[in-house]
Amino acid sequence: MADAEPHIRSLADLGETIAGELGDMISSREIINGELVLHAQRDSIVKILMFLRDDVNCQFKLLMELCGVDYPEREERFDVVYCLLSLTQNMRVRLKLSTDEASPVPSVTGVYSSAGWWEREAWDLYGIYFSDHPDLRRILSDYGFEGHPLRKDFPLTGYVEIRYDDEQKRVVYEPVNLTQEYRNFDFLSPWEGVQQLLPGDEKAEAAEEEGGDA
Amino acid sequence: MATEIDQSSQSLAQLPPGIEQDALLKNVTDTLVDKGFVVAQLDSLVNWARTGSLWPMTFGLACCAIEMMHAYVSRYDLDRFGVVPRASPRQSDVIIVAGTLTNKMAPAFRKVYDQMAEPRYVISMGSCANGGGYYHYSYSVVRGCDRVVPVDIYVPGCPPTAEALVYGILQLQKKIRRTGTLWR
Repeated sequence: MADAEPHIRSLADLGETIAGELGDMISSREIINGELVLHAQRDSIVKILMFLRDDVNCQFKLLMELCGVDYPEREERFDVVYCLLSLTQNMRVRLKLSTDEASPVPSVTGVYSSAGWWEREAWDLYGIYFSDHPDLRRILSDYGFEGHPLRKDFPLTGYVEIRYDDEQKRVVYEPVNLTQEYRNFDFLSPWEGVQQLLPGDEKAEAAEEEGGDA
Repeated sequence: MATEIDQSSQSLAQLPPGIEQDALLKNVTDTLVDKGFVVAQLDSLVNWARTGSLWPMTFGLACCAIEMMHAYVSRYDLDRFGVVPRASPRQSDVIIVAGTLTNKMAPAFRKVYDQMAEPRYVISMGSCANGGGYYHYSYSVVRGCDRVVPVDIYVPGCPPTAEALVYGILQLQKKIRRTGTLWR
């Protein structure tokens, strides 16, 4: 690490300090793209965050973000990610822990009051259960919505659609009925990069190769 | 004389500003001064009143609302057409659905529409309100606000320009004039 950038060196030092102080609660740590990522034990997340917030060398007073990630192929399919910022140290740290549909994650609303709505969002969209949350309700999706729409196995168009019923004089829910199935035009997406080949271009290349051989 | 003005009041709307229009207006004014009254068709008068003060319910849902605001303020200035945004459905004649109508919003939207007094009109502004648009296949978006309320004018675009919305309002005025019934 001697030839590393100064900020990366300080991040590595910070990671070492934290891991030294917290011991088993941090299962592993790594520096990805110049950012420190700590993998935490699920049950000790409150203790870890309390330490990171209050320790003199850390002072991560701000919880910038809390979100869920879904990896359906994994045993414990969900990640919960906590992004912290320390203004006094001018450093950021990211904490990750994994969970599944059944295992509750301790709520960190007692450490960072801003976590309340984000945990509601993670509950709403992924179905990650946060224990000891003061008000764990849905936050974004419709009243009476069923399912967790950001899970990878949730269908894009969902299960219900709505329309106004003139006889019942109210908005009613019905099973989704699509006139045309969803078509994916992703190969034309500017983010994927447009292929500059036109149909027939491969013939020109073949001809050139033949010419080269002769 | 009365029948003459009756006919001329019909054609007044079609006359462009100029000598002929001036002559017609002078004719009407003279009659008014002489007799103290003029005779006109009631439905023409009602349509004139309706088209001249279309008060829209402020119902901006997404980015289309920005273009709607542009249409209201100084450059296009919808006040010129008597279009004044209202904050209460009970004071409005038309509701401009400007943006994505989500499932969660739909019952509230219908409630607002139900509170408007007759005659009431609906302008659906932008792709999302017209048919779901970009979010057509989403689990949380209504595939067109015509699933919830009857729509009079669809303004296409994503978002439509302020001019397009002004054009839509003019089209609605035309529609009101064309249908021209007292009861809707």
